Amino acid sequence: MKFLVFVEDHEGRLQRDSLGVLSKAASLGGEIEAVLLGSEVEGLAAEAGKFGAQKVHVLDDVLLGAPLPQPRVDALENLVRDRGFDAVLFAASVLSADVAAGLAARLDAGLNYDLTDLVVEDGKLVGKRPALGDSVYAEVGWTSEPRLALVRSGTFEPAENGGRAEVETFESRLQDFSLAATMVEQAHEESEGPSIEDADVIVAGGRGLGGPENFALVEELAKALGGAVAATRAVVDAGWYPYAAQVGQTGKTVSPKLYVAVGISGAIQHKVGMQGSGLIVAINKDPNAPIFEYADLGVVGDLHEIVPKLSELVRARKAA
Amino acid sequence: MKIAVCAKYVPEATAARRIDPQTKRLDRSGEGVLNPFDVNAVEEALKLRDAGADAEVVIVSLGPERALEAMRRALAMGADRLVLVADEAAAGSDLVATSRILAAALERESPDLVLFGQQANDADGAVLWAAVADRLQRPLISQVAELTLVDGKVRGKRQTEYGYDVIEAPLPAVIAVSDAINEPRYPSLKGIMGAKKKPQETLSLTDLGVSAEEAGEAGSLTTVEALSDPPERGDTVKLEDDGTAAEKILEFLQERKAL
Repeated sequence: MKFLVFVEDHEGRLQRDSLGVLSKAASLGGEIEAVLLGSEVEGLAAEAGKFGAQKVHVLDDVLLGAPLPQPRVDALENLVRDRGFDAVLFAASVLSADVAAGLAARLDAGLNYDLTDLVVEDGKLVGKRPALGDSVYAEVGWTSEPRLALVRSGTFEPAENGGRAEVETFESRLQDFSLAATMVEQAHEESEGPSIEDADVIVAGGRGLGGPENFALVEELAKALGGAVAATRAVVDAGWYPYAAQVGQTGKTVSPKLYVAVGISGAIQHKVGMQGSGLIVAINKDPNAPIFEYADLGVVGDLHEIVPKLSELVRARKAA
Repeated sequence: MKIAVCAKYVPEATAARRIDPQTKRLDRSGEGVLNPFDVNAVEEALKLRDAGADAEVVIVSLGPERALEAMRRALAMGADRLVLVADEAAAGSDLVATSRILAAALERESPDLVLFGQQANDADGAVLWAAVADRLQRPLISQVAELTLVDGKVRGKRQTEYGYDVIEAPLPAVIAVSDAINEPRYPSLKGIMGAKKKPQETLSLTDLGVSAEEAGEAGSLTTVEALSDPPERGDTVKLEDDGTAAEKILEFLQERKAL
């Protein structure tokens, strides 16, 4: 099988999840090629060889400097039509998801998304994806070529295999409509704030808190437990808590020994960032919140009652 | 200007959800609602109109005939008009087929702005907008947490893995909003009463010039081969607070040696 893996870069490095998908493709065997699209990225291309790419196609163009999806669809369309691939694989990110879906429409090629595994059975590529809040697993296939696959973030670990890649540049026309959206201000990594990635205990707050002032409850419990404070995307987007504390698909991926989710419904965007936690305790007033499906202990109740009391009990216990 | 909001009819969140083992599709026979994530998109359209954009807000949906009633919630909130593509041949459409049908319905409306919600509540899909934008050949901004219209341009602040970007695009454009972008209004009694009288149009695939072969399972390029139970996650305990929840959590943490 001939694979093409879309490798994303950010500030001079290849993105970890896309190297994970590249490593996975390499483990499936066949012809493994990667594609890197950006501005001043040619020097990064050889790195992909270490993770299993035999060839890296590079389009180095100043017009691809901003991480915007549409010109990347143009470039991929040209590469795929020109070279032909059985499958094109993406690691889900804000950018890659938009690129993958745009390419699906452009090529009229089937896209399976949110995949948590890829296998080759009887020479056929099969994807696995959880559905309905991960309550059922589906095996999915394709009836088109190429097969487009978008892998859930954090699914595959990058694995170096000591290989080397041939780097080949290509050209592509970029369409006017693809270049119509422009970056006015690009995010740069925020470094301030406490690091939640190394914490053994995390207490996280979500929209169920009701307002930014109630983060004090979360902070108090975190302090009692000796842990760090985290937040969901919804409350970060709403400006209640800084982005550096965000756990989830577009935030940090954490795996503390204990994760206490306070007022968090537990949508997939959040789950992928914390499902590796040792013990998950959830407090939420909505009995149907998806988080109860994967919390080790789920408590249906009023967090405003429970959390202060719990902080007090933990403090008393620790003082004893 | 004209703002189209793409909205999906999804099973009610409280309903037990299941996949029909025969068709391997989500069982949609129960009660349905307007996808909660799309309510944020409706609200954002109404906010733009309230802020002075002289706009007509049109809801565009693909779903079964009985979706009409649930979709009226958007009209009750204040949207002006509803277009529902209801055709049995469209059932089971995947991303490629859905984007084809929706793009055809949007082309017929030719709106200045197309809005999508963050994701579908039922299929966890969060990519449709990019496929639709490509078919319409319009600029796209996704994951937008703040949206403004200035001089024929739309400006969106989006969250990525690295923080916040600000992106600008000329109209017409396609925007997918985050569910944190606003707090949707509740329909007023007057709004609910008036919703039924607002224009509601049901279209077939033929009306859109989409053939049955291009839609539904025939027009889809992905398949569901098999279904299985998820891997066991060990025992999960769920309890209702009877006033002793804090004590019970403490006991649990002690038992599991998490303190």
